[in-house]
Amino acid sequence: MSRIRFTRRLPAAVAAAGLALAVAACGGESSNSSDGATAAAAEELKPNADLSKQSLQVTVWDGYTPKELPEKAKEKLKVSEVKVGLHATNEEAMAKLTASGDSGIDVAFVSGQYAQALNEQGLLEPIHAELVPNLANLYPEAGQLSYDKGNKYSVPYTWGTTGICYRTDLVKSVPTSWNDLLKPPAWADKKVTMMTTERWLALPALKLLGYSVNTDKDEEIAKAKELLLAAKPHLLAYDDTTFGDKLVSGEAVMVEAWDGWCPTTEKNIKFAVPKEGSDLWVDTMVIMKSSKNKEAAHALINYILDPEIHSWAAENINYKVPNKAAMERVKAPEGSLLGIKPAELLDGESIIDLGQASTKYTRLSSEVTAQS
Amino acid sequence: MKSEAKARPAPRVRGRRLGAFVFLSPGLTYLVVLLLVPLGLVLSYTVFQRGRFGGVVYEFTTENFTRLIDPLYLGVVGNSLRIAALTTLIALLIGYPTAYLIAQLPSRWKTLALVAVVLPFWTNFIIRVYAWIMLLSGPGLVNSALGKLGLGPYELLYHEGTIVTGLLYSYLPLMVLPLYSAIERLDPQLREASANLGASAFTTFRKVTLPLSVPGVLTGCLFVFVPSFGNFVIPEMLGGSKSTMVGNLIRDQFLKARDWPFGSTLALALIAVLVALLIVQAWAARRA
Repeated sequence: MSRIRFTRRLPAAVAAAGLALAVAACGGESSNSSDGATAAAAEELKPNADLSKQSLQVTVWDGYTPKELPEKAKEKLKVSEVKVGLHATNEEAMAKLTASGDSGIDVAFVSGQYAQALNEQGLLEPIHAELVPNLANLYPEAGQLSYDKGNKYSVPYTWGTTGICYRTDLVKSVPTSWNDLLKPPAWADKKVTMMTTERWLALPALKLLGYSVNTDKDEEIAKAKELLLAAKPHLLAYDDTTFGDKLVSGEAVMVEAWDGWCPTTEKNIKFAVPKEGSDLWVDTMVIMKSSKNKEAAHALINYILDPEIHSWAAENINYKVPNKAAMERVKAPEGSLLGIKPAELLDGESIIDLGQASTKYTRLSSEVTAQS
Repeated sequence: MKSEAKARPAPRVRGRRLGAFVFLSPGLTYLVVLLLVPLGLVLSYTVFQRGRFGGVVYEFTTENFTRLIDPLYLGVVGNSLRIAALTTLIALLIGYPTAYLIAQLPSRWKTLALVAVVLPFWTNFIIRVYAWIMLLSGPGLVNSALGKLGLGPYELLYHEGTIVTGLLYSYLPLMVLPLYSAIERLDPQLREASANLGASAFTTFRKVTLPLSVPGVLTGCLFVFVPSFGNFVIPEMLGGSKSTMVGNLIRDQFLKARDWPFGSTLALALIAVLVALLIVQAWAARRA
């Protein structure tokens, strides 16, 4: 969902982008030596295809899966090769996946609304549930994601929400509403930050007004803009990457934050989802229609859904995973947000791709940040 | 015989040309591959449409240029011009006396002073910007020192003033160096002659030194103005993204809005402004 997620600091993000470019430049060749897999109808996959003749090319955010995943998966699944390429942002992944010609990528990690957009373009292979028995490990809620009900073309890998991350020792009352951020009380004046990443800039205002985070109605966006402009003089800053640092240093007392980015394991820092509601973001795994290794691709997704593998993300990068069996294995550290219940998450509204209407949010964000 | 003698220098000329070509080719290749080709691409993107996932849809449109004259974006360009001009002016006011004094120093002190001017460049830019955050933030060094004196805390970060301070700090050496080289090069006899003819020190400065250092002033101003105008890191980190400069706008078009054509059009506008400035500078330097 975020542009540059996981890499928490700007320099790191820049480095990651550079690295991803380098990897993109070096990678690319993927041997599609399979014969059995390229059956005429893509829909007919063989449950007992010879995986040793298939190789996999994966694209994922840096640091989002275990480092040893390629070797372990290769050994376990008996495929001829697993290669992992990196992307820094959803945009970069989309550029790779939608480039003309065969991307050579079999499995991609992208956020839900991007999976939706890829599917609308006919680029995704439907998930063959019979080849992914580990889907049974997922919470029932994981099959009710609004962009893809029933996991028809995407399998959720991580999920979470957006809320207010705050300092318990520096606030006089616990934030409960987006109003606390948009019209901060006197003690928080100039001590709050908001995000500028388009959809998340609009989210607090849209939710406070009772609108959908996916609205494309001009008058609703205009009303949100009024609120955002009125809030601007009371902000410390706009911040998409270092709001956690500002909270830790005490420069800020409340910040708009993604749950995985709110440093709740620090003393005195807590996370609240405002009563007006918020979003539900999901990062998913998808299989490309152009893949010539679809049986192996399903096998890889099945392997990642293994509780032992899937719990890695919760234990190491602090993201909730929609896998019941995996979450039951995880010992959540003190103050961790891993305990947010799937049902609570599902109250959030999934951000979906708006196509051409997304330029309205671009304009909104330029208008709000440029206003002096 | 004669024709043979005439023909002889030809291979040498050709050899020299070949030599020149060989020695120029790395530079030329660099310019063509890394400057002209990307510039050509940027230029070509400006007349096409935005792809849904970034990239470019090759359908002709002039919409990007009509968007450019939208008051919203003109305002951003105006804001950038103002911030960059203010930075340049302050840099000149600080840089000129500095360069002048360094030029008067005995030669071994000169080297030391010049090293001191350039020294900050040896540290990574992002780290230097972060250092300002640590100095100026609410609980930062400056505020805690003031706190000991019973003052503050003040809101020192995330203003337009902080942006100007950051830009000034970053690019001041680029003002001092060309000024120094312009002032240092002046023949001391000119000043002596001026004094002999009865001019006071101030008149000498006003009528001799200053006019002769104008090319240095113009170069310095350009060196400070250009990177200030297009900067996006400082407005984001020291300005808290609360005011947008044209660099931020371009960056956002590519990284957030997935609108490469409009980003390219903005970049083209930025280049156009800078080329216009270069032409003015070249013209003024020739007249000076």
